[in-house]
Amino acid sequence: MLRKALRLFSLTFLALAGMHVHAAEQEVSSTTVLNMPTGVSTISHQIYDLHMLIFWVCVVIGIGVFGAMLWAMYFHRKSIGHEAENWHEHLGVELVWTIVPIFILVAMAWPATTTLIEIYDTSDAEIDIRVTGSQWKWQYEYMGEGVQFLSQLASSQDEIYNLDEKGEFYLQEVDNPLVIPVDTKVRFLLSATDVIHSFWVPDFAIKKDAIPGYITETWVEVTETGVYRGSCTELCGQGHAFMPVVFNVVEKDEYEFWLAEKIQEAEAIAALTEQTFTMEELMARGEEAYLTSCALCHQANGQGVPPAFPSLVGSAVVTGPIDAHLEVGVNGVPGTVMQAFGNLLNEVDLAAIMTYQRNAWGNDMGDIVQPIDVYNYKQGQ
Amino acid sequence: MHKALVAKLLGGAIVMFAFAVFAMPPLYRLACDVLGIGPQQYSAYEEAAAAVDESRTVKVQFMSTNQGAMPWVFEPAQFEVEVHPGERAEVAYYAKNTTSRDMVAQAIPSVVPISAVDYLHKIECFCFERQPLGAGEETDMKLVFFVDPELPKSVGTLTLSYSVFDITDRVASEVSLN
Amino acid sequence: MAHGPAKGVTRWLFTTNHKDIGTLYLWFSFAMFILGGFFAMVIRAELFEPGMQLVRPEFFNQMTTMHGLVMVFGAIMPSFVGLANWMIPMMIGAPDMALPRMNNLSFWILPPAFLMLASTLFMEAGAPNFGWTFYAPLSTTYAPETVNYFIFAVHIMGASSIMGSINIVATVLNMRAPGMTMMKMPLFVWTWLITAFLLIAVMPVLAGAVTMMLMDINFGTAFFEAAGGGDPVLFQHIFWFFGHPEVYIIILPAFGVISEIIPTFSRKPLFGYASMVYATSAIAFLSFIVWAHHMFLVGMPVSGELYFMYATMLIAVPTGVKVFNWVSTMFRGAISYETPMLFAIAFVILFTLGGFTGLMLAIAPSDIQYHDTYFVVAHFHYVMVAGAVFSMSAAVYYWLPKWTGRMYNEAMGKLHFWISFIGFNITFFPQHFLGLGGMPRRYADYALQFADWNMVSSIGAFIYGASQILFLYNVIATIVAGKKVSEPKTWDGANGLEWSLPTPPPYHTFTTPPDASVIEENSTVAH
Repeated sequence: MLRKALRLFSLTFLALAGMHVHAAEQEVSSTTVLNMPTGVSTISHQIYDLHMLIFWVCVVIGIGVFGAMLWAMYFHRKSIGHEAENWHEHLGVELVWTIVPIFILVAMAWPATTTLIEIYDTSDAEIDIRVTGSQWKWQYEYMGEGVQFLSQLASSQDEIYNLDEKGEFYLQEVDNPLVIPVDTKVRFLLSATDVIHSFWVPDFAIKKDAIPGYITETWVEVTETGVYRGSCTELCGQGHAFMPVVFNVVEKDEYEFWLAEKIQEAEAIAALTEQTFTMEELMARGEEAYLTSCALCHQANGQGVPPAFPSLVGSAVVTGPIDAHLEVGVNGVPGTVMQAFGNLLNEVDLAAIMTYQRNAWGNDMGDIVQPIDVYNYKQGQ
Repeated sequence: MHKALVAKLLGGAIVMFAFAVFAMPPLYRLACDVLGIGPQQYSAYEEAAAAVDESRTVKVQFMSTNQGAMPWVFEPAQFEVEVHPGERAEVAYYAKNTTSRDMVAQAIPSVVPISAVDYLHKIECFCFERQPLGAGEETDMKLVFFVDPELPKSVGTLTLSYSVFDITDRVASEVSLN
Repeated sequence: MAHGPAKGVTRWLFTTNHKDIGTLYLWFSFAMFILGGFFAMVIRAELFEPGMQLVRPEFFNQMTTMHGLVMVFGAIMPSFVGLANWMIPMMIGAPDMALPRMNNLSFWILPPAFLMLASTLFMEAGAPNFGWTFYAPLSTTYAPETVNYFIFAVHIMGASSIMGSINIVATVLNMRAPGMTMMKMPLFVWTWLITAFLLIAVMPVLAGAVTMMLMDINFGTAFFEAAGGGDPVLFQHIFWFFGHPEVYIIILPAFGVISEIIPTFSRKPLFGYASMVYATSAIAFLSFIVWAHHMFLVGMPVSGELYFMYATMLIAVPTGVKVFNWVSTMFRGAISYETPMLFAIAFVILFTLGGFTGLMLAIAPSDIQYHDTYFVVAHFHYVMVAGAVFSMSAAVYYWLPKWTGRMYNEAMGKLHFWISFIGFNITFFPQHFLGLGGMPRRYADYALQFADWNMVSSIGAFIYGASQILFLYNVIATIVAGKKVSEPKTWDGANGLEWSLPTPPPYHTFTTPPDASVIEENSTVAH
């Protein structure tokens, strides 16, 4: 620990001495971040270039200003007997340093404007994807394809609370990543169901607020396949750091294949709804689904974080009649963060979660909620 | 001297109030327009439809979002329609109250791209009214609109989104206030 | 007339003396600085390593929120009001502030406001957790019920600021000694006059915003809720219409302080006094018309976005003028490096760095990558901490001998400076890298590639935090047992009416206006 701290210290001074002189430090630690990624989208390169342009303009101005200042600090010291002069005005100089910066600014504004106008051009997208932010997950829908799913943090609560080794992509991995084809213009329509979220993927250079009640849009055309990771960037409550965005960018035919598979998957789940499951099956599936969809608020041990997130251990709802439990699970609780999960999760997962809640952590109800019960409840009993 | 001062102050106050009453509302409206704040159309579009522009078609997409704990099924009957600018089109949204209580909903429209907001005219819309539905009740809700022929040529696709809010409690508290 | 202060606690409770009230403000703000700093330490300790170690994410959000609120409204703003109270009457040859009773009130409503705000930490629902920018609907529909305490506290702080500002405007416009014309006022007085106008203009906007929140939460209105025809984005427009001038409210008095200190230790008059005044006014004006650059990602029309980008970039011009003027003041001077000068030089360097990142943030397309990341956190700490807090430290060291008649320990002051300077940069410089590398702000936990810089940043924060204890010790040691000084001018290069007074100044000063010749002799403005 101490050695690491010392290494970091030397790293810091290195960085302070030579701001943005990449090479040296990057060899010291390959995982340490330093600069904006150049990215893999048509826009991200432009933004990177703009960023570096302004950076170098600032460096040049900085050298001028600080150079003059350091010169004065060294050569015009009282301790070496320098006598102060008395001048304190010079109209010409003052005009120059008022007017010259204006030209520099215009030179910067020009490329910024053209890039911005391009960013705003969302027309002619081949794929439209709806992105809906909720506390604390993303819901994606491929418009017109009938494919929609939730995307939630895959890192476990144990990793977060240091009970388990953290994986390579800790807090940047999800259960269902978004899949899009390469070299295709994809438009995102963003909205939110509760508070404002913001959808960011650094490698794509897209970031847009998702605002409850309104839609916003942005687009990307990715030029390289691969997995790209991003995050929510607008404070949205206690799970703000725990709703990453993950993209899997694939070849076009691979995308078509994946889409077809997703459609089949949805049909398979619908078929499962008819089936009757055993307690063991439901408990196993329920634990997994609970940890992904519920544990962020109600915690892995069901204790919750009262008063905002009530404990489920021995709670009146969970250990009460099944219908009341279904009401909360399917329809949510108005005016609270408890969403209507009937619209978000499939019947099988909902049934499994409720069975798990009723029989875990000493909640010894012994009864089972079957997927068909959930289905019937949603159909109005 | 005091009288003059009082008169001056009073005059100043009157000018300020007049400014607030007469000048501020249009200024705020302008600000909201320019900055894109708030729902863009609150009531039915009254002006007569312009001539239909057969030379091009515009794609209009529909979507909906349930807000917070809103449990209803609420979705457009069709995902998109193609219309000529100026042509009237009628679409429907399907809504079902899946709960066992009577509820009131409010749908709030929102349009992208933002440069096209002023060119989508709703003649009839369920969003102008609240939507009460009893327990288990379902309904088809009508939306009649046309796209203004003045729509910028660069816009080929319009997306109209509705967010549905559960306003049962809000309505209840209004009643109790009266 | 020439009586001394009352004895005991009533001296402080009922005082209408500008020096006493200034002292109260300064101590109060220092207490808030320590409290807000403590919150910052909790934040940095939690972020020392990935994973949640010390606190829950919910409490982490409370800490970030309270840190921001306490630092902005409790530490920085009142500290400059305290400085204004102490210095403005002495600088313009006035016997006291124009409205002394209001002065007392505007201070004494502050402690209850902050007590109320801090008390929410001990309530079941917890303290405000929606960030110091309190965006709706996280701060309305989804807020803990303690939000009402927060709203009330903000109202009181706003009232205090408005009263303080009215007082300053009235004092500067009406109480100047004969011969002290506007263009002869020290720049600190000028910057505060402009700041006071900014405050009077925007604090009611903040009050309006929180009132609308109050109505939305408790009385069924829907200003910020789409369900009733409102818009969450409207909140951001209102907030930043207050919030952007607010950052200049914080930094303009700092400009004033620096413009007093640099000439003193360069032994050369301030370069371009008049252009400094115009630049300050230009910054103040521009601050009203650039607010939406905080909201480039909410989906504004492109025309709006372009306008706010251009207007924001324009601020670089008057700000640049100020920096060039300070450097020119130093150029060909006879510079010596006492503690206030060290802080002032650090201010110019670090504030300029913050200005550069500000310019980068103004570019709307690049802002897509910077927005709401640690790059922003680094940017505003460079202007808030290295700007406002460093200038405040400089001001305290600069005027402490005048206020107390005792000299601070120069070696300890320099030690404080160097530890602060190094600690500050270790804390915040790496945050530029974190932000560019992809770490969003207000994250209670982060991915592994951010671990190294976060640890560096936390270590720096502890160093910086510790250095403030040295500061506190040095100030108290000076007041209690510092070496006595009595010559009117502590610093040989100092100018200004305050240095014509005895050291320490009597309880009441300038009960008769100074002679025009005294004003001329001590003028900070060169002829």
